[in-house]
Amino acid sequence: MLQVFPDIKGRFGDFGGKYVPETLMGPLQELESALDEAMEDEAFLKEYHHVLQEYAGRPTALTFGDKVTKHLGGAKIYLKREDLNHTGAHKLNNAIGQALLAKRMGKQKIIAETGAGQHGVASATVAAKFGLECKVFMGEEDIRRQELNVFRMKLLGAEVIPVSSGNGTLKDATNEAIRYWVANCEDHFYLIGSVVGPHPYPRMVRNFQRVIGDESLRQFKEVEPALPARIYACVGGGSNAMGMFYPFLEKEVELVGVEAAGKGIDTPEHAATLSKGTPGVIHGSLTYLMQDENGQITEPYSISAGLDYPGIGPEHAHLFQSKRVRYEAITDQEALDALKLLTETEGIIPAIESAHALAQAFKEVPHMSEEETILINVSGRGDKDMATLMEHFKEEVDHAH
Amino acid sequence: MLTKTAFQGKVTKTNQLFIPFVVAGDPSPEMTIEYALRLQEQGADILELGVPYSDPLADGPTIQRAAKRALKAGMSLRKAIELVPEMRKQGVEIPVVIFTYYNPVLQIGHDAFFDLLEANGVEGVLIPDLPFEESEEVRNLADEKAIEFISLVAPNSEERIKQIAEQAKGFLYCVSTLGVTGERNEMNAEALNFIKEVKAYSPVPVAVGFGISNYEHVKLVNDHADGVIIGSKIIRVIESGLEKVENDAKEEALQDFSKEIKQLMNG
Repeated sequence: MLQVFPDIKGRFGDFGGKYVPETLMGPLQELESALDEAMEDEAFLKEYHHVLQEYAGRPTALTFGDKVTKHLGGAKIYLKREDLNHTGAHKLNNAIGQALLAKRMGKQKIIAETGAGQHGVASATVAAKFGLECKVFMGEEDIRRQELNVFRMKLLGAEVIPVSSGNGTLKDATNEAIRYWVANCEDHFYLIGSVVGPHPYPRMVRNFQRVIGDESLRQFKEVEPALPARIYACVGGGSNAMGMFYPFLEKEVELVGVEAAGKGIDTPEHAATLSKGTPGVIHGSLTYLMQDENGQITEPYSISAGLDYPGIGPEHAHLFQSKRVRYEAITDQEALDALKLLTETEGIIPAIESAHALAQAFKEVPHMSEEETILINVSGRGDKDMATLMEHFKEEVDHAH
Repeated sequence: MLTKTAFQGKVTKTNQLFIPFVVAGDPSPEMTIEYALRLQEQGADILELGVPYSDPLADGPTIQRAAKRALKAGMSLRKAIELVPEMRKQGVEIPVVIFTYYNPVLQIGHDAFFDLLEANGVEGVLIPDLPFEESEEVRNLADEKAIEFISLVAPNSEERIKQIAEQAKGFLYCVSTLGVTGERNEMNAEALNFIKEVKAYSPVPVAVGFGISNYEHVKLVNDHADGVIIGSKIIRVIESGLEKVENDAKEEALQDFSKEIKQLMNG
């Protein structure tokens, strides 16, 4: 039996906690009390699940990848289809939960950080749906790279606030969102996008994402006599992986988290926080992160903006240290190859983030027996990645047709 | 007080304390020493020596810019601490509080960090992202070394105000308004009530920071609290002299600096 995490101080083993300026302690306490109350309230949970069903379109499908299984040979491959969730990724599950909590707390204004824009879009979406005012903090560099998502957020009625501090990327947008929250916490709710940040955020986001794992467990039992031998999910901050893994932590299933190796973990350009990082504090949480010898946080790199984060959720740090989850790293090129294979064999274009999980699984299934099954979380769809994909595949695709 | 502490004998005033903040290495270690000397001349009682950090959550744009300049100049936590004996050599006598985010401390390690503070004669330490609930081990180590661990308290600390204030060491840093550091044009009446409450619990002087940017603020705060902490405003004065420093008019920049600080503190 695993110990229940987080503990009362918000710790997952050695990791987690609240490393924040004094001015945030009050708002975090207020959030924790409201969250605990809400999660005990049948009516709140009922509303959350109702919105998931009739607005987001859940449950998402569990798809047997018969062609890709045949192509690779070995274990049977199942796909959890978060790409079919409204707005195109798992991010919305959490945004719905937190927006309902914000409303319950009487906060009419939400703020969010975003890197690639997926969480920003999810936040702008729930703001529109529930009549909230929404500000999204986004690094200037990311705004330039993600023009389409910036427009989507604005179309949904959100204000996109450019962040020029630091390097103008996700980590800086998160800093700025936290600073803004410090100054405006009385009427603002900070809707964080992953299982990161100070307690109680990692726990809250995991609990709003565990619907992925809960559904998978139920769906899998309907089609297979045994649980999957392995489950794969990509990890940036780690919310889709945590949501998928959590209901399986005490089951006999090998869990595999896949980080972004960028141009290779032996180059400086990667985002493999657990493989190459060290423990430290980022965004209010003690976890693994990428930093230099003086404890200054360094910039990660990945072709996938959603994995391009120098930290990782503290629960992942704990699952890494306790060896409950195996963590691997996949390069840009390996992810692109896996994306192409899934597209050609199954007619599913996954997000480049999700393709990291696919790539690791595709490496392993040929070495497994045909009696075994595996499950991969397809955390999002690839529509948002078309510009990147065109850069890589256009010539090849045009040539072939 | 029964136990010997680092400020004992060095900070004799119990009110109207002037606690300036500068970022070590902004724009260079040499200039930091010069500014420290000028601040001492202008009556500073304690110096907060900020360590630049890549992700300063509690700081506004002014201090972020200073941190960026200092990091570019190669400053680090270790180098900032080692700058203190250099300051002493050149005549800085007031106590120095190292102001650093927690992550660089973690990378050095708690024990090694306090050994380093002790070996370099640092009197105090302030870690803005290490709240009371997370700081027990560090507070104990500080006590062992007789180094003042400076705590912060905010208006929305609520029931924690008492808990934090009662164990305060050195001086207690009162966050006057919510938000990150930066200059504001008006003092907040609610903040003054809050200061009263903090003073009722604190065994050490209560100093107010965050947003003090002119003589009117200084006067107002000194009427109610035991001292002022001034950061962003001082950084802005330093910033306004950067061009002169770069163009070999260092003396002139320092004279301007002294004049501005004098104006700030004395009207």
